[in-house]
Amino acid sequence: MKSIVSNWSNYPVREAEMVSLRKESEIEQLLQQGDVIARGLGRCYGDASLAQNIISTTQYNRILSFDSVTGVVECQSGVSLNEVLDIFVPRGWFLPVTPGTKFITVGGAVASDVHGKNHHSEGAFSNHVLSLEVYTPAFGAMYCSLVENPDLFQATCGGMGLTGIILKVKFKLKKIESAYIRQKQIKASNLSEVLDLFESHKSFTYSMAWIDCLKKGLHFGRSILIVGEHAKPAELNRIHPEKHLIPARKREVSMPFNLPSAVLNPFSIKAFNALYYAKNLKQTNENVVPYEGFFYPLDAILHWNRMYGKRGFLQYQFVIPLEAGKKGLTEILNRIGQKGMGSFLAVLKQFGKQESLISFPMEGYTLALDFPIRNGLFEFLDQLDEVVLGYGGRLYLSKDSRMKPEIFMNGYPGVKEFLQIVNRYNPDFKVKSDLSDRLLISKPSLKENPWRTY
Amino acid sequence: MAYVLILGATSDVAIACAHEFAKHGYDCYLAGRDMAVLGDQAADLQIRHRVKAKAVAFDALQFEQHIAFYKSLDPQPEITVSVFGLLGNQAESEKNWTECKTVMDSNYTGAVSILNCVANEYETNGKGTIVGISSVAGERGRQSNYIYGSAKAGFTAYLSGLRNRLVSSGVHVVTVKPGFIYTRMTEGLKLPKPVTANPGHLGRAVFNAVKKRKNVIYVLPVWRLIMMIIRNIPEGIFKKLRL
Repeated sequence: MKSIVSNWSNYPVREAEMVSLRKESEIEQLLQQGDVIARGLGRCYGDASLAQNIISTTQYNRILSFDSVTGVVECQSGVSLNEVLDIFVPRGWFLPVTPGTKFITVGGAVASDVHGKNHHSEGAFSNHVLSLEVYTPAFGAMYCSLVENPDLFQATCGGMGLTGIILKVKFKLKKIESAYIRQKQIKASNLSEVLDLFESHKSFTYSMAWIDCLKKGLHFGRSILIVGEHAKPAELNRIHPEKHLIPARKREVSMPFNLPSAVLNPFSIKAFNALYYAKNLKQTNENVVPYEGFFYPLDAILHWNRMYGKRGFLQYQFVIPLEAGKKGLTEILNRIGQKGMGSFLAVLKQFGKQESLISFPMEGYTLALDFPIRNGLFEFLDQLDEVVLGYGGRLYLSKDSRMKPEIFMNGYPGVKEFLQIVNRYNPDFKVKSDLSDRLLISKPSLKENPWRTY
Repeated sequence: MAYVLILGATSDVAIACAHEFAKHGYDCYLAGRDMAVLGDQAADLQIRHRVKAKAVAFDALQFEQHIAFYKSLDPQPEITVSVFGLLGNQAESEKNWTECKTVMDSNYTGAVSILNCVANEYETNGKGTIVGISSVAGERGRQSNYIYGSAKAGFTAYLSGLRNRLVSSGVHVVTVKPGFIYTRMTEGLKLPKPVTANPGHLGRAVFNAVKKRKNVIYVLPVWRLIMMIIRNIPEGIFKKLRL
């Protein structure tokens, strides 16, 4: 059945044939038609999981094994992080890495090689993956890991689903003693202060900052740094020991309809940011909170993407190297501020080292922010891309729906090797997406694709 | 804890039922043909709900093996949920007897064959619950699916008779008429949202019906009304409708 599909930012929208994968034996036939990509819960923002034919993995969601001593779990790719948390947190295990939403699948976490607030201390998701089973168009189902078919493993982690359909993932959970986080919030009155705070709070497992992109002058880049650790039982004196691993649940609310786009304007956003900054009265706040509020503040509002109205929005996330840090961020924030294009709060985070072929993270600073779609935005972001690239940075593919191919090709140094591996396992691009077409990864002719010169 | 036997355990509806019973601590027998899929499903139930779950080979159309199959279950299940069925292809069933017979056997004969074994055991023991997943399609024959519908009508009548027979021996029988459910069977059909339920919803409804000893349930209550209207359209008018 043809259906209208879009991912989290409601842009772009396309018509696609969507079929659910239920068992491994069906996959060969599903791949026959070509022009197909796997899609989980559709929380990537742009066109990464859009294609003519979409294999939905949400029904392919069995947990196949769990070792209660080591915390190693193996599951089919459609299991959601939400399910993993529901099942394993009460038993004292947590996700090794989680992005800002738990409504993604494990397969998606691998394909995007997602990062979280602990990237500087524990790396990206792939860092905790022991092995994968991938259905490749060229060779059928294949196991891969750092030692077995390592090329396939490396090109699949962060490879946006282009090596084939990820079937199974084996990864290691993290032992916890409580479902609570001991968090500390520290106000920073400008950009250099928050960058210093990141440095001086490096020893915390989790860290990120909310930054006000629109504030000019003395308080340019004012932020709230939030750091945290899994709380120890001794720190939970108000909570009954039997409830240490079972946090109190907040009720979810849902955004019932698309908000008219005029509601979000520079004035309302400035007002919101000012309130957000002012809500912390003290310079430093310390408390113990359930993990959900700490990791997933926005998941409490289902369909929050509707806030940006029918035209949708773009999320822009880039990373620039550490040494470009303050100068780069200043220039980029200035440009955003001048245009008045900025969004609600933006998220700033310091990444640690990462050695991988095609994953987004690199040691440096990453900033993520939303832009409601309006006239002039695309041109503005094209200029911003050049600035990011100029500082040696790159953009996150899972959030992108508009960058030009040369920005991708020049921003990711592993791209040639990645393309070679993709070519080995998916030679005719039976598996491809609107993103891979847009970035010319899956455009076959040499003429069209200057980067495929191997 | 007690075992529940799910017959035809690979379908979305069956999986939803298994999850609901396992969530409440029941151990599960998952019966069906595709042992690889059932094995994965059993592992999943064990890990998620910390119950026992076993995959067991069962073919609804191998009638002569049904008694031996049921006797082989040790311990015997306290609850049996018969989920299997086959929508088939109406046009094909009209022309091709083999297809037609497969649809009838999958929805009626096979179910009667296995549930006879179960019913006799439960009657002897003086306890047990049998759940049959029938269909609203069995309430009135329509040109678009009357082979399937007539087999389900037969199954509904069978369950009603079985309930009548077993009530005195303390065995309970639940008839489930699901209406529209988002499953593999209906994937690709445009279903009206307000009257379509999720498999999870059905699983909860089945579990509640067992606990509260309900006789006949529609998963969404609105279906009781819809079917009442459909049953009461005079035949002179009904026969001219394109349904």
